[in-house]
Amino acid sequence: MNAESWHRKDLLGIADLSPEEIRLILDTAESFREVAERPIKKVPTLRGKTVINLFFESSTRTRSSFEIAEKRLSADNMNFSTSGSALEKGESLVDTALNLEAMSPDLVVIRHRAPGVPHLLAARLRSGVINAGDGAHEHPTQALLDAFTIRRHKGRLDGLTVTIVGDIEHSRVVRSNIHLLTKMGSRVRVAGPRTMLPPALEALGVEVHTELEPAIAGADVVMMLRIQLERMNRKLFPSSREYFQRFALTRERLGAAREDAIVMHPGPMNRGVEIASDVADGPQSVILEQVAAGVAVRMAVLYLLSGVREEEG
Amino acid sequence: MKLLVRGGRLVDPAAGRDGRFDVLIEGGVVASVAAEIAPPAGCEVVDATGLVVTPGLIDMHVHLREPGHEYKETIRTGTAAAAAGGFTSVACMANTAPVNDERAVTEFIVTEAARHGFARVHPVGAISKGMAGEELTEMGEMAAAGAVAFSDDGRPVVDTELMRRALLYAQHFGRPILQHAQDLFLSGNGVMHEGEWSTRLGLPGIPGLAEEVMVARDLLLLAETGGRYHVMHLSTARCLELVREGKRRGLGVTCEVTPHHLLLTDQAVADTTFSTNVKMNPPLRSEADRQALLAGLADGTVDALASDHAPHHADEKDVEFSAAPFGIVGLETMVSLGLDRLVRPGVIGLGRFVELLTAGPARILGLETGTLAPGRPGDLTLLALDREVTVDPATFRSKGRNTPFAGWKLRGAPVGTILGGVPVRLP
Ligand SMILES: [Zn+2]
Repeated sequence: MNAESWHRKDLLGIADLSPEEIRLILDTAESFREVAERPIKKVPTLRGKTVINLFFESSTRTRSSFEIAEKRLSADNMNFSTSGSALEKGESLVDTALNLEAMSPDLVVIRHRAPGVPHLLAARLRSGVINAGDGAHEHPTQALLDAFTIRRHKGRLDGLTVTIVGDIEHSRVVRSNIHLLTKMGSRVRVAGPRTMLPPALEALGVEVHTELEPAIAGADVVMMLRIQLERMNRKLFPSSREYFQRFALTRERLGAAREDAIVMHPGPMNRGVEIASDVADGPQSVILEQVAAGVAVRMAVLYLLSGVREEEG
Repeated sequence: MKLLVRGGRLVDPAAGRDGRFDVLIEGGVVASVAAEIAPPAGCEVVDATGLVVTPGLIDMHVHLREPGHEYKETIRTGTAAAAAGGFTSVACMANTAPVNDERAVTEFIVTEAARHGFARVHPVGAISKGMAGEELTEMGEMAAAGAVAFSDDGRPVVDTELMRRALLYAQHFGRPILQHAQDLFLSGNGVMHEGEWSTRLGLPGIPGLAEEVMVARDLLLLAETGGRYHVMHLSTARCLELVREGKRRGLGVTCEVTPHHLLLTDQAVADTTFSTNVKMNPPLRSEADRQALLAGLADGTVDALASDHAPHHADEKDVEFSAAPFGIVGLETMVSLGLDRLVRPGVIGLGRFVELLTAGPARILGLETGTLAPGRPGDLTLLALDREVTVDPATFRSKGRNTPFAGWKLRGAPVGTILGGVPVRLP
């Protein structure tokens, strides 16, 4: 598959993508990766295109990553975030969508706490919509940048064992990663306290673990999820201390994984809660590479969805 | 005024009739039911040849929204929807503004309904004042004004002691307590059934347990208090098992199920890409639950079919899934859905289907309607089993358009109702 055969208007989730589409995005990202290594980190690919970043939920990380990707592609971008805009004044999503449409953007990047919001907008807008995280549903560009990072280290995305640890129930990262990795032929294990595992996870084609060590044993990739301390009062776990004792990735526990296993985290990390500092900063950690991969992957997605097909890149 | 309905196939399960019978109505009540009745002088005749004639159908669970939420529905539009859907009686829930928690509100509903005359309206009074779940309402006053049952529907009665007292007190008036069974702690901020699909979609779930825990508790209370207890919109297999077991033990327990819980599952949220028209409470459940409900219809555990007609304004539903209000309209789709998806494939027979919409709810609510016998109200529904319809919300009499069944092609439809011997004509 090549860029000419890409016909999607939106990127709403990994669940809808074919392995060929996933591969195309990752291959495209490879070609954008080297832009970051140039002295002038800018290409004219999306010159004259307008991208709106619509963040109903604060997210410094994902938003800056998209913004940098847009700027490196020379797109004009506009940012709307919750504070101080109509979004906060109770305007309905549909009205927001209609207002956006009136500005005729080419692409809209959206983050919202409610699952399905990108889908709702995509159905209303002529412009392309990129899901930058909808509640606990999907976060496709995160899974793509994770895959990009894994592929660079492991040379492939099939036949690997990937363990994801944390609050599985409330994580969009885990859902998108499960879809992507199982589609590409890898084995996914998820692990977390029983209170953070949603029902029927097996139906998604994953192995479910409630103890950390057996989940990590022999893994090629260990991905730790951020524990949201703000959920502490929600009856999911009693304290970050107890969480650390049972589920944090320490150097000792990482020993159960393959020797060449890589450690990932979508960030931002809670050091000393889900991951020990010496692991986060250790030789197996690829956490900062994930951040760099995020820009390349988002450039690829923006490029493919923009419909621009000239070889000006 | 006399009216003869002639030539149809009468299906009246409570009277043990299914065959060619004529029905003569005089002065608003049934005068006679016989194989062939010659029209008396000055009698209007309705030719029901080729049609099924039933006692007027009853939907024991609707939200008419008046007083207070007239932008969603009014007693006029709601009863017009009832008539268009084949119903001559509805029981309307108390979650209006003000709440139907006192005689004046009950009287208002009764008066307003009588003024329009499209269908009989039986108000359900609130169990607790303001539906706040704290103090009992004046059930006696409301019963005297026409309240046929008591319910805080929309909200469960959470306070166990209040439920115990309500079950005891309602017995003075021979009225049942209708429970919207939901443990609010377990349902939390859930918006769909907790299961594989909530896991896939990342939406907070409402476990079946939320309903089951509440029904189990209430049945323990009922065994002590006596009286009558009815589970509204029962939606899970285990809940049905609890009711079945309660009946076996001789408790005064009954239940209703809705067409949507019988015909759709939680997968619909994914299949419709988060359509808010598949968001209701209780939520669409698993396929195993759905199969259990179908079995409960057939084996007699389920006492009534009810729509839980819950109209909302289009703007309220045109939002993200999590933010949308729960509920769908059902008055104008229930009969066709039942005829096409329950009777035609043989899940239940026509007689059982009619029973679930006539004698079943009439028994629970203590209504005189639900069967045709001399002296009973002259309410009839006419059905055309072969009429093909496509569900089109634009044609609804209800103000609500929020249905997941739009576009469904169904065979079998209501073609008219007769209320107290008068054919209902909708403007
Ligand atoms: Zn209810």
